[in-house]
Amino acid sequence: MSASLKPSALQGATEAFVTRFEGLKARLPGDGDQREAAAVLLRRTGLPGPREEAWRYTNLRSLADQEFHEPLTEVADCAELLARVPDIDAPRLVFVDGRFRDDLSAVPPTAGVRVGGPAFGLLARPEHEKLVALNTMLAEDGAEIGIAAGVDAGTLLLISLATDQNGRAVAFHPRHTISLGEGARLTLVEIGLGEGVYLHNPVTSVVVAKGASLTHLRIQNEGAAAFVLSTLYADVAERGTYDSFTLALGGRLTRAEIHARLGGPNAIVHLNAAQLLADGQHADFTTVVSHDAPNCASRQTVKTVLTGKSRGVFQGKIEVARAAQKTDGYQMNQALLLSDEAEMDSKPQLEIYADDVKCSHGATVGELDPEQMFYLRSRGLPEAEARSLLVRAFLAEALDPITHDQARAAMEAAIALWWERHPA
Amino acid sequence: MLEIKNLHAGINDKPILNGIDLVVPTGEVHAIMGPNGSGKSTLSYVLSGRDGYAATEGSATFDGHDLLEMAPEARAALGVFLAFQYPVELPGVGNANFLRTALNAQRRARGEAEVDAPSFFKLARAAMKALSMPDDMLKRNVNVGFSGGEKKRNEVLQMAILKPRLAILDETDSGLDIDALKIVADGVNDQRGPEFSAVIITHYQRLLDYIVPDRVHVLSAGRIIRSGGPELAKELEANGYAGMVAEAA
Repeated sequence: MSASLKPSALQGATEAFVTRFEGLKARLPGDGDQREAAAVLLRRTGLPGPREEAWRYTNLRSLADQEFHEPLTEVADCAELLARVPDIDAPRLVFVDGRFRDDLSAVPPTAGVRVGGPAFGLLARPEHEKLVALNTMLAEDGAEIGIAAGVDAGTLLLISLATDQNGRAVAFHPRHTISLGEGARLTLVEIGLGEGVYLHNPVTSVVVAKGASLTHLRIQNEGAAAFVLSTLYADVAERGTYDSFTLALGGRLTRAEIHARLGGPNAIVHLNAAQLLADGQHADFTTVVSHDAPNCASRQTVKTVLTGKSRGVFQGKIEVARAAQKTDGYQMNQALLLSDEAEMDSKPQLEIYADDVKCSHGATVGELDPEQMFYLRSRGLPEAEARSLLVRAFLAEALDPITHDQARAAMEAAIALWWERHPA
Repeated sequence: MLEIKNLHAGINDKPILNGIDLVVPTGEVHAIMGPNGSGKSTLSYVLSGRDGYAATEGSATFDGHDLLEMAPEARAALGVFLAFQYPVELPGVGNANFLRTALNAQRRARGEAEVDAPSFFKLARAAMKALSMPDDMLKRNVNVGFSGGEKKRNEVLQMAILKPRLAILDETDSGLDIDALKIVADGVNDQRGPEFSAVIITHYQRLLDYIVPDRVHVLSAGRIIRSGGPELAKELEANGYAGMVAEAA
């Protein structure tokens, strides 16, 4: 154990990214000043290290040990990955290795979409989140999705495919914004698939105006050797809803970080998640929910299933400002350990400055109940089938609020396939 | 035919059954009665294969198959069914999904074709009607929020759908009011026939007014101390276990 090595490895990785930026910057689209500022920040602070509270449980050392390259510009072959995209009838924006692919996409008629450069948006905080600084410095592409006031835009797919570039590890940093005007509605289904070693470091800003509603369903089913570190900012106005569900079952080292702010009265935020982890996987779901207005409600149900030598992390912070009276905050984190070698770290945090609020949180870590196992087996279910049924029952509470039938079916199918590959 | 010979068993090395001999011929219903702690539930768990209930001596076979060597699910596929004294709650598992999964798992294990959803629901609704169970019990999670009586009826529903060849009912009458008791008894009686055998474990004679057994056995301290016809249950009801236990000792 040589803790002093860790900062230098991360420092080396930071240097490599900054050097890449220096070489590329003349060609990168968009606001050069923002990028330069991000580069200065990053050079000064480096990538997040294990001594930072927010990164205590997720160590980027394995990322720092990896050398990343630019994705090659020639058209990558992604037929196999495309075939794995679940069947959901909706227009789609497809990014391959971080770049928009017009030929694979079908732009929706009811949404304004701009691609071809990073959609920086106004919510991101590169000065606080170092991976966001990294993204800002190197972002090349992204989608800017706008739904006009009063429009119900139905369902839209946002797909990221990462191709195995003949064993070359690549890094890409897409930058998206999604804005819903007053009373607008959208279901955004985000799907991540990939092969080989890569870093996918997307940053997304979500703005939900008065009375608007965004349902954001994410299926993170990326390559087994992938690093997937996503950051999302959401700002929800009066009577607006940001209802999100994240299914994480891919990647080697993954983190989904969400900062959601309830900025107007009667806003609603749901940050539900299910993580399924096999041997060698590390997945982190980190949320900060800021209640800045009265009468708002936030809900988080996070379920993690761990097998083999895997590690799951949930960090959930609820901040209730003085003005946010009558806040209703709920957070439940449950983990099911199917192996003695698996580890779950759970860190709920409440910071409450208002006096009339209802906030509850709970965390449980357990194993499969032997009584339930025996009951099922005594009815004829083989052991593996009984386990699978109980694991799905455990996840049901998090999945049940999903009302989009095809997305729900896609998630169930991904879970079933995961279970076939990793029978515990 | 269930054949138990000199069965010794216990929980975690604590002996509870001390040499049980019992034969239940195909088509017969036998009752096992006995005071608390006599080993009644242990016998049901040893026969159904619960973890931690190990036989240390003797044998238990069903139609020549060595039950003690089989996994619980293999015993179920063979036709052995245990109606639990305390049915287990399964949050997140719908009752219909549970029943169909169990039925098809058994059918698969026996090399039979699976039952599709429409045929299953037809079967399930008919069975529920016979047990005076409302249709919405199929939609609810298994035993979650069920009353004691509903849980026991749900056990009998499973039996009606899975159609075992040997049912072991572990104090299925406990916690039932008289109406529920009659419904449960009718459910068991409906299964009776030349291919169906049952072991009914009970503390009280009451259930045996409605399910009249072919034989009654009295269990005490892990052994069968008396066997007889249905009249033996009446004798116990009148005189209690104490005299019979003292006589056997």
